[in-house]
Amino acid sequence: MAVDNELKIELGKQGVFVTTIQELYNWGRRSSVWPMQFGLACCAIEMIATTMARYDLARFGAEIFRPSPRQADLMIISGTVTKKMAPQVVRLYNQMGEPKYVIAMGACAISGGPFKQGYNVLKGIDRYIPVDVHIPGCPPRPEALIQAFMTLQKKIDEQSLTGADRPRHLDAEAQCEFPVPEPGEHDLEPTSNPGVWTVPVVIR
Amino acid sequence: MVSNPYFSLAVLFVAALGFGLAPLGMAWLWARIYSPKKPNTVKNAIYECGLESKGDAWVQFRSAYYLYAIIFLIFDVEAVFLLPFAVAFTGLGVAACVSMLVFVLMLVEGLAWAWAKGILTWA
Repeated sequence: MAVDNELKIELGKQGVFVTTIQELYNWGRRSSVWPMQFGLACCAIEMIATTMARYDLARFGAEIFRPSPRQADLMIISGTVTKKMAPQVVRLYNQMGEPKYVIAMGACAISGGPFKQGYNVLKGIDRYIPVDVHIPGCPPRPEALIQAFMTLQKKIDEQSLTGADRPRHLDAEAQCEFPVPEPGEHDLEPTSNPGVWTVPVVIR
Repeated sequence: MVSNPYFSLAVLFVAALGFGLAPLGMAWLWARIYSPKKPNTVKNAIYECGLESKGDAWVQFRSAYYLYAIIFLIFDVEAVFLLPFAVAFTGLGVAACVSMLVFVLMLVEGLAWAWAKGILTWA
């Protein structure tokens, strides 16, 4: 950072505004996060409520739900991901243009939730795609989704354009293809993407 | 050139064009410099519904659907052509009336055909 924060505030008081390209770029990105329009289960109802007048997601510039993955920046996994639906979700995530973000909304999207024991339920979407914000709850209230949005905005704000920890879309070497699972004989194949998720070791 | 009454209009036109094209150009330049392209087959798939597209788009339709095409022409397309004809009727000559009559008679023939085929009865 070329200008330190105190000097910036001092200059701002005098009517001089200084910024960096990084700040401007991140400000633009975090102020227009367009989610993709799809719901998976009951959490989607809370997601719809969040976009409506009472909770008013438009305040964050994120009310424009896009019906096409090409125009969306954010994927809200709103509900239970069944093993039948998981390949479609991963394929849609692949089709979104970079930079893209994922919010796992509710217990089901995080871990399978109350349906974890079900043979047909994926035990968390982060087995296949990188999740940026997890929100617990069954379902989470709209305030929780707004909190997730604000957390995501903070995360976008802190991303630097250069350096080793720069976001994936600015890195020519970064892996951008997430393998789409296929339905196998007993489970999805592969059962997880080792690039984004490591199988936890169960100690008995 | 400056004395031309349309000069200010031309200046505004160029400004408007620049106003539209400059952000597009900047976005293109930004993407070109900073974000490398990483296409793959899943990402470039045509269908955007999460499912894989199967088969060919050049499917054949049954020729028996021609009857619906005839009915559509009679009750929908005919009305579109008849309305402007009816509005301008008093100012039209004999040739226009005759050609319109031929058009209507051709469609009446189609109606007779559809009637003979029995598709006008609800069964």
